[in-house]
Amino acid sequence: MNIDITGARIFWETPIKLPVLGRLCISETLVVSWLVMLIITGLCIFLTRDLKVENISKRQALAEMIVETADNFVVGNMGEKFRYMIPFVSALFATSLVSNLISLVGLRSPTADLSTEAAWAVVVFIMITGQKIKANGVGGYLKGFTTPIVIMTPFNILSELATPISMACRHFGNILSGVVINALIYAALAVANRALFGLIPGAVGKFLGAVPFLDVGLPAILSVYFDWFTGVMQAFIFCMLTVMYIANAAQPDE
Amino acid sequence: MDFTVLAKGIALAGCGIGAGCALIAGIGPGIGEGRAVASALDAIGRQPECKGDVTSTMLLGCAIAETTGIYGFVTGLLLIFVAPNTFMGLLG
Repeated sequence: MNIDITGARIFWETPIKLPVLGRLCISETLVVSWLVMLIITGLCIFLTRDLKVENISKRQALAEMIVETADNFVVGNMGEKFRYMIPFVSALFATSLVSNLISLVGLRSPTADLSTEAAWAVVVFIMITGQKIKANGVGGYLKGFTTPIVIMTPFNILSELATPISMACRHFGNILSGVVINALIYAALAVANRALFGLIPGAVGKFLGAVPFLDVGLPAILSVYFDWFTGVMQAFIFCMLTVMYIANAAQPDE
Repeated sequence: MDFTVLAKGIALAGCGIGAGCALIAGIGPGIGEGRAVASALDAIGRQPECKGDVTSTMLLGCAIAETTGIYGFVTGLLLIFVAPNTFMGLLG
């Protein structure tokens, strides 16, 4: 039984080593990420073609529904003054969702690579810090680390850094667990298939054993949970946490 | 006597045992999520009209409670797929 669980394949690498950054490479993650962006852009263009005020088409109704849902989600959780966050949160959700679900067509989802989520988490972390500084001023922000007493400063810094790490690892771990379990199931079913059809004597059994019949259909049932449910859920949770953290950060400390 | 083989063996065994121990982390979220769902069912039983709200909040809470388990899982994966290569590289 050979199980192949590897990271994203690397297609091309810069021949020279850059300082600090090391070798830059074009990996599977990068290629599929661009594909995801293309899909989202195409979908947006498709949904927003010839919009009308009256007699709207089904397509426009769907687009309006999506926009309204995003509006309600952000405004409901963050309040009116955060209207400018709607595009960011929607973009994050769409990217995360399409990246998670692209594994359904057999591509390696970009979110199964920690770099992708780490990048998103860093962006969110900068926004959180920005909101905190905006609400309390630079002095107030730095002073916030020494609450309730000065001894707590290292713990406060740790808990501040834990936010992006936990956000990135949560999303990454959930998607990667799906990838790993899928690989295990495929490998196990191939072995079961060989054992089952190996019972037929002669060349027929050998031939049928080599073709993994059991791999058809059965993993699809599990993919309902590991791809559909986890994928949609994690996209939602990442956005929910983003919204919550930023809204919390904008409230000035007492 | 060459101790490199012994050292490699110990390193590999440590990685394997460590990965197994890391996945014990799955117990905590399991219990926690079970309790969360039980409470949510209680709430729905008492007030069936707020089923939607309770369900979405519960799912969010479950996903957050799951984080510690996921940390254990990621650690286990690192120990299985990344750490052995690092140790083999160190030991030559």
